[in-house]
Amino acid sequence: MKQPRRSGRHALGAGAAYLLLTLPPVRHWLEASMASHMLVQMPLLVALGMVAVRLLPAGRRRRLRNGFGGPLACLTAATFASAYWMLPRALDAAIGEPLAEFAKFVSLPLLVGLPLALAWESFGLIGRGFVWTNLISMQVFLGWLYVAAPLRVCNNYLVDDQLRVGWLLITLAGLLFAGWLGALFRGAPASRTEAPMYKTA
Amino acid sequence: MKATRRRFLPLLSIALLGTATLWWGSDGFTAFTAEAARRQSVLAEPRPLPMVGLEDQDGRRFTLGDYAGRLLAIEFIYTQCNSICYSLGTTFRQLHDSVPTAALGRDLALLSISFDPQHDGPEQLREYGQRFGADGANWRIARPLAAAELPALLAAFGVVAIPDRLGGFEHNAAIHLVGRDNRLRQISDIDAAAPFVAAIREQL
Repeated sequence: MKQPRRSGRHALGAGAAYLLLTLPPVRHWLEASMASHMLVQMPLLVALGMVAVRLLPAGRRRRLRNGFGGPLACLTAATFASAYWMLPRALDAAIGEPLAEFAKFVSLPLLVGLPLALAWESFGLIGRGFVWTNLISMQVFLGWLYVAAPLRVCNNYLVDDQLRVGWLLITLAGLLFAGWLGALFRGAPASRTEAPMYKTA
Repeated sequence: MKATRRRFLPLLSIALLGTATLWWGSDGFTAFTAEAARRQSVLAEPRPLPMVGLEDQDGRRFTLGDYAGRLLAIEFIYTQCNSICYSLGTTFRQLHDSVPTAALGRDLALLSISFDPQHDGPEQLREYGQRFGADGANWRIARPLAAAELPALLAAFGVVAIPDRLGGFEHNAAIHLVGRDNRLRQISDIDAAAPFVAAIREQL
């Protein structure tokens, strides 16, 4: 009986956090540097979409997942939507064009965070491992690209900002990998929710 | 069978929709940066330019429209720049020296525009011109008359200049070719003077 009230408070918190991120001063502050834009604002928007999923009752989550076309379709949607926002020109557009900024605030929670969380809970250990390894290798690749690129990829950001993002991405990938490996060796699944070895249903 | 189709169809449509979005967002997987996109965009569709009031190194006032009927090569600079603008200035010098002398002025003009009009007055512009050997007639150095008109000018060209924490700017340096119809037709790398000159020669 306590559950709905608590999730109601969490929903309120998530909504407030989202609104806070949309406020122009907060937006401009986070978008002033490439690092905070890519590694703070955008991940937070994705995370809010994931939080939203956890606040839904299990039945709604299942219906939503089926609405997308199943866990694999969810993962595919999240992959494509996040790939789009990795285009340097999408990042540039999100600063200068209101429509692109709007698309970012809508698509990162709804088309990346939400389907990812929906897919995640129905994936077994192997599926989750697949997602982790792809996420980590993609970060290393992108980081290396930014460090090694002979030119500035975003017209709106300084080249040393780009270099910093590159190293941060590589560092972050290393940390995620270590954390994931640690979780594996402890014998616990990479998430707190119990993951079956193989999916049964 | 039916269950497979129920799973497979949404997956396929999401993958198709996703690929289409990426295709659209990168101009057919050819332009991943805003810089590549603006270059392709003017090639495909030459862009009209705003008739912003400009002032040159001698205080003469003009607009880009005054160059109608001639080809115009434009670079964006700020006079305090000593990194990338140095190569820009050198490239412009090369450009100036590689077009037929007879065509200079009559068929083609060069223009360096400062995006730092607060600092760059006629005196600074003149000094910049002297540094790179601009003659002040066929190659002029200018700034927008009203700072308020600068954003529109830069937006039309797709030039972004951002403060670099050292008191200067970082900017997407390039050479721009404006056609006789006053439309922006081509944008090239600053180290690609040769193909740029070839494009000019074709149109002389």
